[in-house]
Amino acid sequence: MLKPLEITKKPARNYSRAVMAITWKDLAAELRSRELLSSMLVFSLLVIMIFYFALELDVKARNGITAGALWVTFAFAGTLGLNRSMAVEKDRGCLDGLLLAPVDRSAIYFGKAISNLVFMLIVEAIVLPVYSVMYNINLFNPGLLMVTLLGSVGYIAVGTLLAAISVQTRTRDVLLPILLFPLAIPVLVAAVKASSGFLLGLDMSEITPWLNILIVYDIVFTAVAFMVFDYVVEE
Amino acid sequence: MIEVKKLVKRFGLKTVLRGVDFHADAGEFVILLGPNGAGKTTFIRILASLSRPSMGQVKVAGFSLPDQSAAVRQRLGVVSHMPLLYDDLTAEENLQFYGRMYNIDALQERISTVLDLVGLSARRRDMVRTFSRGMQQRLAIGRAVLHDPDVMLFDEPYTGLDQDASEMLDVVLKNVAAAGRTVLMSSHDLARAEELGTRFDILTRGIISASCTRSELGTRNGSFIGGNLLTFYKQALAG
Repeated sequence: MLKPLEITKKPARNYSRAVMAITWKDLAAELRSRELLSSMLVFSLLVIMIFYFALELDVKARNGITAGALWVTFAFAGTLGLNRSMAVEKDRGCLDGLLLAPVDRSAIYFGKAISNLVFMLIVEAIVLPVYSVMYNINLFNPGLLMVTLLGSVGYIAVGTLLAAISVQTRTRDVLLPILLFPLAIPVLVAAVKASSGFLLGLDMSEITPWLNILIVYDIVFTAVAFMVFDYVVEE
Repeated sequence: MIEVKKLVKRFGLKTVLRGVDFHADAGEFVILLGPNGAGKTTFIRILASLSRPSMGQVKVAGFSLPDQSAAVRQRLGVVSHMPLLYDDLTAEENLQFYGRMYNIDALQERISTVLDLVGLSARRRDMVRTFSRGMQQRLAIGRAVLHDPDVMLFDEPYTGLDQDASEMLDVVLKNVAAAGRTVLMSSHDLARAEELGTRFDILTRGIISASCTRSELGTRNGSFIGGNLLTFYKQALAG
């Protein structure tokens, strides 16, 4: 027979523990299956190879399109990951399991967003050196890495929220990019402009406005998701 | 333990529940019967705080829904025909994950007790994807009782189980109910329902149309309750 448990009254501790539990669960499951990372990675490498063979660019032109090519790759690969990450929860009914936990439901959002961000950053950490070698461009620029992080945070912040909406529909694979890309335009434009600025060695005064847009976008969409996630996931 | 008054649930223009009145006292094992599409799953999802009521009052374990949903979820265990488990985690890891979500102290000890209860201690380090459907469902019950809920909701837990797995689930369900929990289970299996339940409610066309206790089933020979659950169920549907 089970012994009775005392009900804990530490909401802040519950919240952070739930966020970490979801992230841990996603990373542990992915470590075993490697479904999500492998599909994101293969897709990303194919995209940069297609760019490489299709455009046959000279050195100057390569510098000009690098930021755009990178962010197109990251955005498409990120969409694949976001779709899969939520589909895993829905297909086995596990989303209900998460929603039944006695924590504020925004903890589910933050747990999923952190694991999605980790997956996206892992893909980016592999794609950047490969791109660097293929296109013979030095991408190990601290500014560019910072933009990659800020852009990824914004993309994942809005993407995780929209993936939670689209996964509840029958057309989830198609619906996510349709919802996500229009909303992600500001973060993608700002990320491309800021990345391009760092690669072309522009003055910081020209790059700072784009960095500010990225920071504001990250904060606004994280706050919006925190406020509306509960309504998005409940019937 | 569960108190529902005039519950209405609409999905767009479609009204699924049309003013359900329901109650279940502490320690009762209530079986919810009804044809497909009657609204059983919708009703259970509202009690589980997975769906918002359109109108009406819902109280579970003394807390109102949807306003006090976190407090309700702390005292609630839910098992559906989906196991709500992760295939790529072991049985133990699944329970660890849910234990952290419920912030259970001394989790490892609790997991061992629960795995003993559902008879899966020997498979604790095996991936859930290697489990049979029956084993997954037993682990799902383990997941649902991990945080020691006062109220348990079962939504057709026997779906897809073979005879052996169903019998094993019977034993686990009886153990769960024997601990004094309030249990609400929806089912289409009348024989099993008659064996487990202490009260039987029929949900048809969005309302509870009939209700009787186990003792009424066995002893009354009134106008609409016959000698067994099948007769009662047929008469309730016909009426």
